[in-house]
Amino acid sequence: MTVVHDNLEKTEAKMSAREVSVFYGDKKAIDDVSIDIPTEYVTAFIGPSGCGKSTFLRTLNRMNDTIPSARVEGEIALDGQDIYRSGMDVVQLRARVGMVFQKPNPFPKSIYENIAYGPKIHGLAEGKDELDAIVEKSLKRAGLWEEVKDRLQDSGTALSGGQQQRLCIARAIAVDPEVILMDEPCSALDPIATAKIEELIAELNGRYAIVIVTHSMQQAARVSQRTAFFHLGKMVEYGRTSDIFTNPHEQRTQDYITGRYG
Amino acid sequence: MSERIAPTRMPAFEARLKKRYAAERRFKALGLSAILFSVAVLLFLLGTMTLNGIGGFQRVELEVPIDFTQAGIAADSSTMQQPGAVQALEAQGLRDVVQFFAEEHLGDEAASQLGSQAWRDVADAIADDPAILREQASFWLPASANLASGYQGEGSPEMQALAAQLSERDQIAKNFDPGFLTRSDATNPQQVGIWGALKGSILTMIVTLLLAFPIGVLAALYLEEYAPKNKWTDLIELSINNLAAVPSIIFGLLGLAVFLTMFPNLRSAPVIGGMTLALMTMPVIVIAGRNAIKAVPPSIRDGALAVGASPVQVVFHHVLPLALPGILTGTIIGMARALGETAPLLMIGMRAFVATPPDGFASPATVLPMQIFLWSDEIDRGFVERTSAAIIVLLLFLLVMNGLAIYLRNKFEKTW
Repeated sequence: MTVVHDNLEKTEAKMSAREVSVFYGDKKAIDDVSIDIPTEYVTAFIGPSGCGKSTFLRTLNRMNDTIPSARVEGEIALDGQDIYRSGMDVVQLRARVGMVFQKPNPFPKSIYENIAYGPKIHGLAEGKDELDAIVEKSLKRAGLWEEVKDRLQDSGTALSGGQQQRLCIARAIAVDPEVILMDEPCSALDPIATAKIEELIAELNGRYAIVIVTHSMQQAARVSQRTAFFHLGKMVEYGRTSDIFTNPHEQRTQDYITGRYG
Repeated sequence: MSERIAPTRMPAFEARLKKRYAAERRFKALGLSAILFSVAVLLFLLGTMTLNGIGGFQRVELEVPIDFTQAGIAADSSTMQQPGAVQALEAQGLRDVVQFFAEEHLGDEAASQLGSQAWRDVADAIADDPAILREQASFWLPASANLASGYQGEGSPEMQALAAQLSERDQIAKNFDPGFLTRSDATNPQQVGIWGALKGSILTMIVTLLLAFPIGVLAALYLEEYAPKNKWTDLIELSINNLAAVPSIIFGLLGLAVFLTMFPNLRSAPVIGGMTLALMTMPVIVIAGRNAIKAVPPSIRDGALAVGASPVQVVFHHVLPLALPGILTGTIIGMARALGETAPLLMIGMRAFVATPPDGFASPATVLPMQIFLWSDEIDRGFVERTSAAIIVLLLFLLVMNGLAIYLRNKFEKTW
C-alpha cells in the first residue's frame, strides 16, 4: 500500500517502525505505517493537516503516553529493541530520543537552567565545571552561544521566538540524544529565524538521526534527504526527497506537492 | 450616476457612534461609583473601629505614690528573678502596703475603688527592678470597673461624683495600657487582655495551615496529574466542591463528633480547633490548587517529559513551582476565612472562659473572633471599647497573614 522507492541506498536503521497503527479511543489515527529512520539523513514527514504525521512522530518517543485514550499497535524499535516492550524505561527512551515542539517552550527559568536541567536530572555531569561545559557545548551546537553567553542567567522566556526555539534544540542536545524529533519547529517563526533553524538542522545532520515534521514543502525540500508523504493516517510514499518532489510515483503525492490540496 | 456615500460616513452611523461612546462613559461612571462606594463603606468601618478601639487600648488608672522606705518590704534580686516572686511579695503584705498608701493619698472612698488586682502591677514593677524598694515611686494603678465607668460619665451618680473629684486633683486618668496586649481574658474589663485569644488564634492557624496546605496541595496534584478521568474522580471533584460550600457549623459538629470522641481530653484545645478548621479550609485549597495546576501550559510538561523527566520530576520541578502563586492565593482565602470563623469552634468548646494564655497546642484556648463574640455579649460598658480593640487586633493579624502570603506569592510568580 505504501510506495517505497526502490533506488534508496542501503542504510542501517536507527529507528524502525513496523506495521504501526495508532488509535485515539476507537478512531484510527495512523494506519499500518512501516518506515526506517537512518542516522545519515534528515527524514521529513509531510502531508496535509490532520494526516497523522505529528501523531506518528510522537509515537517515536512515546510522548503519546500522556494521552490516556491513545493506543499503539505494531512495533517500533530503537537500535533493534522494541520501545513499547514492557521492560522499556520511558525516561531513558526520551533521553535517547529528544524532541523539539511546534511552539518554543523554554522553561520559565534562566537560559543556563534550561540547558542544565536535562543533564542534571540524568546525572550526566559531575560538578559545576562539567555542567558549565555541557551548557556551553550545547548552546554552541545550537548556534546560540554567541548571542547569549553574557546573559546565561536571564530568563529563557525573554529571548525572541527564534532564539527560544534554538534554546529548545540546545536543551534537547544537552542530554546527548541519538535521535531528535522536530514537530514543525519553524511554524511559529519568521523567515529569518526559520533560515537559522534550517542551517542548524543541516549542521546537526549526521551526528543525530533527525526527523522533522513540516507543513512547508519547501522546507522539506531544503533540509531533508528522505521524505515520507502522509495522507489520512497512511504513509503514502517514501523516498529520496528529490524524487518525491520531482518524480512522485503516486497520484496523491503528485496532487499534494503541486498544491491541489493540503 | 448618484454619488454613493460610504456607510461609515452616514449620519445614522455617527449617531450610533455617539451612543456607543455614551454607553462606555455610563459604564465607566458606574464602575467608578461602585468602587467609591466600597471605599467609603470600608473607611466608615475602619474609622468607627479605630475611634472606638483607641479607647480599648487604654484604661482608667489612679495615681498611687508609694514610699517603700516606710513599707518594710525586703527583696533581693535573686529571688525576684524566680517564678514565685509575686507570691513572695504578697506574703510580705504588699497588698496592704498598696492599700495603705492609696488611702493616704486618695482618701478611703477612692482607695476602696482601686482595682482588686492593682497590687500585682506594683509587684511586677518590684520584680523587674528591686532597687525601687529603697526609694519613693509613683504608680498608675487600674481603677475598679465601677469607677472606670463613672469616669467615662456612666454608672452610678456616686461614682461619677467620685471620679470628678479625683479628676480635679489629677489623680485619675485614662492611660495607654500596654498590658492589653499581654494579658488574657478576665471578668473585669479593666483587667482583660487579648494575648490569650491571639495566641490561641496563632496556634490554631498553625495547625490549620500544617494540615490543610499539604493535604490540599497533594490532593490537587494527584487529581490533576495522576488520577484517571472517570466517574469516580468526577464524584470526588463534585464532593470537594460541595464540601467548600458546607456551612461552617456543620464542620464544628463533625469536629465534635469525630475529633472530640477520639481525643476527649483535648476539649477547647487549638489542635482540635485547627483540625476542624482544616477540614473547612482544605476544599478551598484543593479547588484553587486544581485551577492553578490546570493553568500551567501543557507545553511546559511536554518540554520536561521530552528531556526525560519522570512524571514526579515534571510535577515537582515544573508544575508545582508555576502553580504555587495560584495555590497561595487560594490558601490566603481559605486561611482568612478560617481565622474569622467562630461557629465551628463553638461546638468544640473553644468558647470557654480562658484566663491564661494557652501553653501549647493541647491546652484550653479561645480564638480572637470568639473573644470578640464573648466580650460583645458582656453588659459592662468597659467591654465595648475592649471589643473594638480586639477587632483591630484581629484585623491586623489578618493583614499580617495576608501580607506574608502575598509577599510569598509575588516571590514565586514567574512569567512565561
